[in-house]
Amino acid sequence: MTSLTWTGPALDRARVRRLLQDYGVYAALAVLFVVAVGLDTSFVQMSNIRVQLFQVAPTLLVALGMALVIGTEGIDLSVGAVIALAASVVPLYVGYGMLPALAVSLLLGAVSGAVGGAMVALARIQPIVATLSLMIGVRGLAEIVNGNSAKPVTQSGLLDLGSQSVAGIPEMAWIAGICALLTGLLVRRTTFGRQLVAIGDNRQASRLSGLPVRRVLITVYVISGVLSALAGVLIVGHGAEADPANQGLNMELNAITAVVVGGTPLSGGRVRVLGTVAGALFMQLITAVLTQHNVHTSYTQIVEAAIICFAVYASQERGTR
Amino acid sequence: MVQQDLDPRGDSVLEVSGVHKSFAGVHALRDVDFALRPAEVHALIGENGAGKSTLIKVITGVYRPDSGTVRLDGRERDFRNPLEAQAAGISTIYQEVNLVPLMSVARNLFLGREPRRFGLVDVGRMNREAAEVLGRYGVDVDVTRPLRTLGLGAQQMVALARAVQIDARVVIMDEPTSSLEPREVETLFSVIRRLKEQGIAVVYVSHRLDELYAICDRVTVMRDGEVVHTGEIAQLERLRLISLMLGREMATVRDKGTTAFDTDRHERQTGRPVLSAEGLTVRHRLHDVSLDIHPGEVVGLGGLLGAGRSETAKAIVGALGTDAGSVEIEGKPLHRRSPAAAIRAGVVMLAEDRKAEGIIPNLSVRENISLAALPRLSRAGVVSQAKQDEVVRLFMERLRIKASGPDQKVSDLSGGNQQKVLLARWLCLNPKVLLLDEPTRGIDVGAKAEVQSIIDELAADGLGVLLISSDLEELIEGSDRVVILKDGHVVGNLDGEDVSEDGLLDALATAPPLSPDDPDLPEQPGPATGPENPGGTPRAGSDPAAAPVKEKQR
Repeated sequence: MTSLTWTGPALDRARVRRLLQDYGVYAALAVLFVVAVGLDTSFVQMSNIRVQLFQVAPTLLVALGMALVIGTEGIDLSVGAVIALAASVVPLYVGYGMLPALAVSLLLGAVSGAVGGAMVALARIQPIVATLSLMIGVRGLAEIVNGNSAKPVTQSGLLDLGSQSVAGIPEMAWIAGICALLTGLLVRRTTFGRQLVAIGDNRQASRLSGLPVRRVLITVYVISGVLSALAGVLIVGHGAEADPANQGLNMELNAITAVVVGGTPLSGGRVRVLGTVAGALFMQLITAVLTQHNVHTSYTQIVEAAIICFAVYASQERGTR
Repeated sequence: MVQQDLDPRGDSVLEVSGVHKSFAGVHALRDVDFALRPAEVHALIGENGAGKSTLIKVITGVYRPDSGTVRLDGRERDFRNPLEAQAAGISTIYQEVNLVPLMSVARNLFLGREPRRFGLVDVGRMNREAAEVLGRYGVDVDVTRPLRTLGLGAQQMVALARAVQIDARVVIMDEPTSSLEPREVETLFSVIRRLKEQGIAVVYVSHRLDELYAICDRVTVMRDGEVVHTGEIAQLERLRLISLMLGREMATVRDKGTTAFDTDRHERQTGRPVLSAEGLTVRHRLHDVSLDIHPGEVVGLGGLLGAGRSETAKAIVGALGTDAGSVEIEGKPLHRRSPAAAIRAGVVMLAEDRKAEGIIPNLSVRENISLAALPRLSRAGVVSQAKQDEVVRLFMERLRIKASGPDQKVSDLSGGNQQKVLLARWLCLNPKVLLLDEPTRGIDVGAKAEVQSIIDELAADGLGVLLISSDLEELIEGSDRVVILKDGHVVGNLDGEDVSEDGLLDALATAPPLSPDDPDLPEQPGPATGPENPGGTPRAGSDPAAAPVKEKQR
């Protein structure tokens, strides 16, 4: 009897899981928003929303690069350290103006990404190990460059970038949004993006199909490095100080969380850019809501952990042929 | 009760009778009888999918038979797992050495039953006993070294020693020599002879016929899940053995087969070959393989499993690194050897393993078809949807790919349609040479016929085709010419009228014993003193038991 009735719900469950995988993060984000407003109507005030956007922008930038890397069945733990490195060189070059400082930071991010990518693609070191070593080394380098204390940054262009708004939305959020749009186009519309996804799904078949596997892998890590460096510069602008010892700490974990909650599987072969945006927003909002209602940080972390577990559980593909 | 369970003939140590086993409705074993006498070496052979592995797994308790019985020493046994079978005296040595590479040799040998003192492992005694045991098998190594620092042959010998240590009555060896050097094979043989002297029965699974004739007493041939022959190996002609394996009666030459190939040969354009491979050599796999493919011809690549057919195709496209050899496309040498370079030069390969090396499972039919052609369908790195749609539509129609639409996930398609998607991936590149490795394996009859007629059409359009197929009929009827491989050597060329089952079986049976690393071809006899084989090739007759297995640093 039970065995007969079992097939019905099982099928439904598969469909529910599918829906959850595809749209779960958007639904969760909407529900969370409604709940947050229901608890405290001041949540929708523009000032609060701007605060949230300021905080989510760097995470989102890093998460976009992370989503690409994860799409190739890799992972990039060095992103937090790259933020620190980018921040550390800002005080050195900001005297020449904002653009030179930005250029040097992004260049360093690209170099760090190229090193990580080369380790993965050429030396075939597992991504988690390659970027872990990079994470440790680059953070050390950043502290050497900057010294141990935070340095104030007062260049007006940079400070504006980190605090001004255009049309009521912070410039940082505009930048992150544009980058998300470009990343989406990159994944969906370009040769590179399609090759990236194919390599993440079946690397051997991709190689046999003549895809430039190494080039794509290295490029993906370079993009991740550049986006992280950009996030680092924005963080410096927002905080008006460069503090490599503390900036970007745990950012790799936040980024991975956003990607995973957004429905991109860690097994590669799929990149969900819009999901990543929603994932980053969701994690930002849940922290904000809990904090605003005086829930202690320790509990907030436990809630985040539960969400991550659930997201990974939901994204597991079951019953595949 | 014991009485009635006794084997009536009483001369078998292991007896399998009437065993059926099916998976999801497909029969893997059908009414299989298999009897193993004490102190015999029994060859178990058959092509892929014949049911050898399933039978071994039934014997060793990995699978439980759907019906039928397994008796050990006359008693009916029902092993629920491999451990029970092992405890009862059935030991198995698998193809890949399944020990713990980082542990010492001695620890591996005694894993799970270490000699103990005061509750702790008595390392001194363990090492002493290990050295003694291995010495008996002619393996002279430092037993405290990690296993992985030993050569593969020595590792295999450790596995063997371990298997026999456990009071084995029956030892099953699954392709034990696939990774061994010739002299290591000899050492293995001497160990097997010693096992025989101790009354242990050995089941020997191998595709190397020469080895079977050298070491085995009896043979059981399986095909399509059934036992088709059991008997003394000395009384079974090589040719007969091969025809039993492949399921072709030597005498039966059919006028018309069941394949969809046109019976007419293609009009071969003579003159310059479109692809010319010279002296391809891959250590342990291929030796000096050369072949030409002309425009408009289908060249078959014949040979048994492990002869180096797939390796040849992979070496040509650069998916497998070669130690020597060159490939020319229309007279121009391919300098960089990689799949990408081969594709640019117009040579593409449909890989044998559709799942692992073919489809990108989570992507759509559209993306799978256009994967290799993406750069050609793009402008400034942006994929042109219009061009992509056009190509995809064209090939879905031309190859009659049945899918709900171009956006269906490729892994939702049937095997035959997946294969056509992969063919489309290659054909839309407009290649000059198409290497097909088992293009119809695992696809249904209808799709098989369609793929075969596509191959025909392509050759008629002037493509050079290399066809690898284990389906003898397909190979014979599809090919204009057949190059025969054996143990990594080219041992024959069939052309014109000679392209027949008899011709192929003949060539396979009469080819002399070879090893992929033998430096010389049989036509050029001479002292085999290649660098990899300093002492010449020790064959049957010499007694290498005295010679310890050469340790090799890896």
